[in-house]
Amino acid sequence: MNRYLIPLAVFALVVVVFAIGIAEAPRKDLVPSPLIGKEVPNFSLPSLTDPTQEVSSKQLLGHWYLFNVWGTWCVSCRMEHPELLQIAHSGAVPIIGLDWKDSRAEALEFLKKEGDPYQRIAVDRKGNEAIRWGVYGAPETFVVNPKGIIVYKYIGPITPQAWVQNILPHLPAPQTASAGS
Amino acid sequence: MRARLSARVLLPVLLFLAPAALAIAPTRMPTPQLEVRYERLIHGFRCMQCQDESLADSPVSLAADMRRQIRHMLIAGDSDQQIRHFFVSRYGYFILFKPPFVARTAWLWLAPGALLIIGAISAILVIRRRAMLVKSDEEEPVEDTPRGERS
Repeated sequence: MNRYLIPLAVFALVVVVFAIGIAEAPRKDLVPSPLIGKEVPNFSLPSLTDPTQEVSSKQLLGHWYLFNVWGTWCVSCRMEHPELLQIAHSGAVPIIGLDWKDSRAEALEFLKKEGDPYQRIAVDRKGNEAIRWGVYGAPETFVVNPKGIIVYKYIGPITPQAWVQNILPHLPAPQTASAGS
Repeated sequence: MRARLSARVLLPVLLFLAPAALAIAPTRMPTPQLEVRYERLIHGFRCMQCQDESLADSPVSLAADMRRQIRHMLIAGDSDQQIRHFFVSRYGYFILFKPPFVARTAWLWLAPGALLIIGAISAILVIRRRAMLVKSDEEEPVEDTPRGERS
């Protein structure tokens, strides 16, 4: 019995280490954001539609909103675009866009052709703002509450299923959302 | 002959060197001290897009943006600690190639030492037991008829 004890203990330890490793890393491409539960980074950026206007974190206080990082160069963003239009049409929650490292002309052209789901769009031409939000790919969507706290982050294109299963549960019930706006 | 030889030697050499042209252009910091810190920092951060590369090695544009961010912060006078905190508070510890020693990562740092101690103890136990077996063999010669032999 004694001679099996040490190998067994070592084996058990290895099992525990691997179990933790597997449990802690469900998907390597989905890195959890440390910003959840924190305030949004303060920002004040030019608006895509009217560069003389600005879109700022201050203006957005007091309302629930989705903060969607996108770019016309991003194929997955084009994939989620119909779903964003759907969400905007349903009036569930306003969508604020962050046009990331994009050309203004192409972005405007794209929205004209495909439809514009955004209430406002901030422009991050050089990519400085995206880093402050911990963005590492597009699309990424943050759910922000009226206090300006990030309550959830969805990485990847929003599919109808992701909207219902992942994002909607983090938003208040419909009547509260409309009362706030 | 001479031309052919140089072509045979030069071509592979040039092909081998070609990727160097695509490498990230070195960016100069205003002082050598800042340059050293910049180099050390960009080697310590993970490129979040191509996760097994450092910011120093990654050709993607996000890595370039992050290197620019680090340059700006260094020039603005931020400490290495402040720069690390800036990135960790936005991307998590995952962005550091060398995880810090905190409660959540303690097992990561302590496990190799613990495994080494366990290994050393078991090695000592095995060696001792073997030594004892050899000793007992020498002390008490077995008086036994070889098994294969019929008596």
